[in-house]
Amino acid sequence: MPIAHEPAAAWGERVTIALSDIRLRENIARSTTRFAAQRLTALGELPDAAALRARGRAIRADAIDRLPELHTELRQRIEARGGHVHLAADPSAVTRKVIEIARAHGARRIVKSKSMVSEEVALNDALAEAGIESLETDLGEYLIQLAGEMPAHIIAPALHKSRAESAELLGAPADTPAEALMAIARARLRERFLQADIGITGGNFLVADTGGVVIVTNEGNDRMCTSLPRVHIAIVGVEKIIAHAADLPDMLKLLTRSATGQRISVYVSLIDGPRGAGETDGPDEFHLILLDNGRLRLRGTPHEEVLYCIRCGACLNVCPVYRQIGGHAYGSVYPGPIGAVISPLLGPASAYGMLPKASSLCGACWEACPVGIHLHDQLVALRQEGVRSTPWPQRLLFAGWAAAWAGSALYTAFLRLGRVAQRLLPHHGGWIRRAPSLLGGWTSTRDLPPIAAKTFRERWAERRP
Amino acid sequence: MTRASLFVTCLVDLLRPEIGEATVRVLERQGVQVDFPEEQTCCGQAHYNAGYRTEAKALAEHFCDVFANSENIVAPSGSCVAMVKRHYPELVGQRAAGVASRCWEFTGYLRHVVGVEDVGAKLEASAVYHASCHLQRELGTGQDPRAMLARVRGLQVTEPADADQCCGFGGTFSMTMADVSTAMADAKLERVKATGASVLVGADAACLLHLEGRLRRQGCETCVMHISQVLDHADRP
Repeated sequence: MPIAHEPAAAWGERVTIALSDIRLRENIARSTTRFAAQRLTALGELPDAAALRARGRAIRADAIDRLPELHTELRQRIEARGGHVHLAADPSAVTRKVIEIARAHGARRIVKSKSMVSEEVALNDALAEAGIESLETDLGEYLIQLAGEMPAHIIAPALHKSRAESAELLGAPADTPAEALMAIARARLRERFLQADIGITGGNFLVADTGGVVIVTNEGNDRMCTSLPRVHIAIVGVEKIIAHAADLPDMLKLLTRSATGQRISVYVSLIDGPRGAGETDGPDEFHLILLDNGRLRLRGTPHEEVLYCIRCGACLNVCPVYRQIGGHAYGSVYPGPIGAVISPLLGPASAYGMLPKASSLCGACWEACPVGIHLHDQLVALRQEGVRSTPWPQRLLFAGWAAAWAGSALYTAFLRLGRVAQRLLPHHGGWIRRAPSLLGGWTSTRDLPPIAAKTFRERWAERRP
Repeated sequence: MTRASLFVTCLVDLLRPEIGEATVRVLERQGVQVDFPEEQTCCGQAHYNAGYRTEAKALAEHFCDVFANSENIVAPSGSCVAMVKRHYPELVGQRAAGVASRCWEFTGYLRHVVGVEDVGAKLEASAVYHASCHLQRELGTGQDPRAMLARVRGLQVTEPADADQCCGFGGTFSMTMADVSTAMADAKLERVKATGASVLVGADAACLLHLEGRLRRQGCETCVMHISQVLDHADRP
């Protein structure tokens, strides 16, 4: 089973909703522009950001290359300390395992730290169905849980909400200052941390040679989730592994500087199992659930490099399409350029097949990616794979167009025909106002220049008789 | 004397022939011997980017044949040159080796092959430069058009806020996703207008046609010029 959430409305409808929501677009533009600027500043402080990026890519490439052996190493080390490691093939395997663990402990209440993988498997929905209460404790996630929405961004799930909207969700007056809003959330969440039976987190990295999960947060809620409840379950994508703890400083530098422009996040936790003998903090039981859900089959394909992704969100922040339509329009828990690539790859293709087309291929995503994923090339590759399911009139159009233009005789015939045909179209001030077929998309919002009375090649022929 | 074959690009040939003429005049003024292989058509970028690889390959092979014997290939478009240099090798293999290494974006050719930045142009105006994405990112030659513009007498050049943001053209994206493409154009034009410049200039005709088409639809008469037209501009006797 692929990504567990599926979009409720069609692509065109979702885009229209997003583009007509001026407040949403203002909120997104403000946050993404700030994140993007902070990223540039933070990377600019480094003596050689380009070399660090190349190193980050090499670290990730090596890990994906050696994934099976690194998994074995990780599993052995965690099990040696009394932890449990489970490989889940798909979302239902994750939710089943979590429910099974919860039932074994008679757990009623779960607190959660932010985890995109838990969104991918729709964990909260599955837990609610099983009668288990699950509470998000990252402030942004808490807000969207209250709103009943999907995250709108990989690292800032409520980035589309203004402060006033957040206040409303918390039941506070619209002009409540941010600090007071945080205090409201903190007071509510504190109590719940103490009552919880299980803490669930994601993981930013898995480290093979020390056998652990690395969690990066700014609110410290992950520490409450991993130390107060009796059981800690970490749910992480299989690809998040790196071979050596010694590579962590480089990866963390790339992650936090690319994500929020921070030199380091406020909290970095390294979790390697349950509470050990003689230790005073930590859970009685530790489970690591590794989610495959279509990732492993990407190894050895032209899409392998998408597995290098460290989910920093930098590509979303710089993306001109994301800046206009925001996260929800993508209809996937993973929006933006990386979402447009991995959502159709994880599937179902029927739900996300449109996403690779939602890009001008400007390359800003590739430029911003801390591990150099050629996101715009990946989008083109997915478009190529999708051509077979494109409606035949468009395929015929492109095939005919290319066949005609692969020689200058038909090209010239085309331009002569076009020059005659365009006389039938409505003009205004020398520009075409309305055109048929593919060009109709253009003229829906823009004037179209007509084919010149004399093309360059005709002018050239006259100049050099 | 250096020789250059002009790849005028389909858009300039069909829609903006005056950009091709300006390109030729600027090159010839610098002593470049310009030829125009008349069998040329289109680089195939629109097909390639839309996912029509086989179709793009047919056009790429045609391009390689047409320009097989050219000493240098010069095009007034960063995007088409990026297609040739960055995607042809992967698309048509060895056949592209020659053309890919000899293909130049117009201002890059002037700076790096002819070795000139000041072409004697003069234009009393304030201009806002639109940095096109493929020239900037795929070719990585963003400094070439900027350096050429900086030497135009009388020209005040500025750039819009968020200059690194795409204008929303994106080939057939501008037609298949017209609403998103237009929202991007409007965001770009808002920042362009905020500069108060009287001329919008860029090195890619496609972006300029998209932006100009939107300006016309908005009823704006803003002057839009390709960089070749700016470099061709002078009070010549």
